[in-house]
Amino acid sequence: MVLDCKHVWREISNYIDGDLDPSVLASMEKHLAHCRHCAAVLDSTRNIVYLIADERTFALPSGFSERLHARLEGELEKSEPAAR
Amino acid sequence: MDGQPLTEAEIISRIVAGERELFHALIKSCERAVFLTAYSVLKSEADAEEVVQEAALKAYKALGSFRGEAKFSTWLVKITLNEARMRLRRSRSESEISLQEFTDDGDSDYTPAVLTDWREIPSEALDRKELREILQRALDELPEMYREVLISRDVREMNIQETAHLLGISEGMVKTRLFRARLMMQKMLAPELRMQGWKGTKG
Repeated sequence: MVLDCKHVWREISNYIDGDLDPSVLASMEKHLAHCRHCAAVLDSTRNIVYLIADERTFALPSGFSERLHARLEGELEKSEPAAR
Repeated sequence: MDGQPLTEAEIISRIVAGERELFHALIKSCERAVFLTAYSVLKSEADAEEVVQEAALKAYKALGSFRGEAKFSTWLVKITLNEARMRLRRSRSESEISLQEFTDDGDSDYTPAVLTDWREIPSEALDRKELREILQRALDELPEMYREVLISRDVREMNIQETAHLLGISEGMVKTRLFRARLMMQKMLAPELRMQGWKGTKG
């Protein structure tokens, strides 16, 4: 199977997730070995995925937890959960 | 708390039986998950925070009806997602809704930014606020349906099946939206990010 660049882009996300049929995977790797553009698209996409997965990128707002538990505290004193 | 750790089911039974304080511990373990879920819909920290508080209170009041078929966190995340979507619908104007629907055009091409090479940005570069803000801004730019999938898969690191279940869409749809979302992120971010040498230094 020969893949063009457009096909490769469509499969980049599945490639990152390791979710490709062996035949598609082999064609992808063949293409990537020769096409520096697609290789750069893959590298940059994978890099961005790693960066947004990092806990530092989307941290809780400061004081979030304290405010949440303070609000809960007030409610917990007032009412009890409905019984089963 | 002392003694050996309680299971989730035991904690819930004890809360329902009157040990209300235990609810704090139950919530503590899933704060980030619920916040990110609300944020994925609302893209406002303040709105997301309010929705999380509402959802947590709702879960507390309904705890007696929690059947334990799923994990508590899964249940709370679902409540949060529904609350966030309701809030968004209340606040969104008609024009924005139609724009959102327009972007669901399944036949559109999704093309990345084509580069000749890529210099790896190390995760230590995330110590720099500037980089975190660039990433957050790009995520905010995504249409809601793509942001929800991207946050579930790539920020919360849920699997395809869990994501499909939470969002009420098929696994195939999760993969399609994820592929588009990732390419949109690449398109927005790669040209901007490659202009700078990102090192793991302060900032």
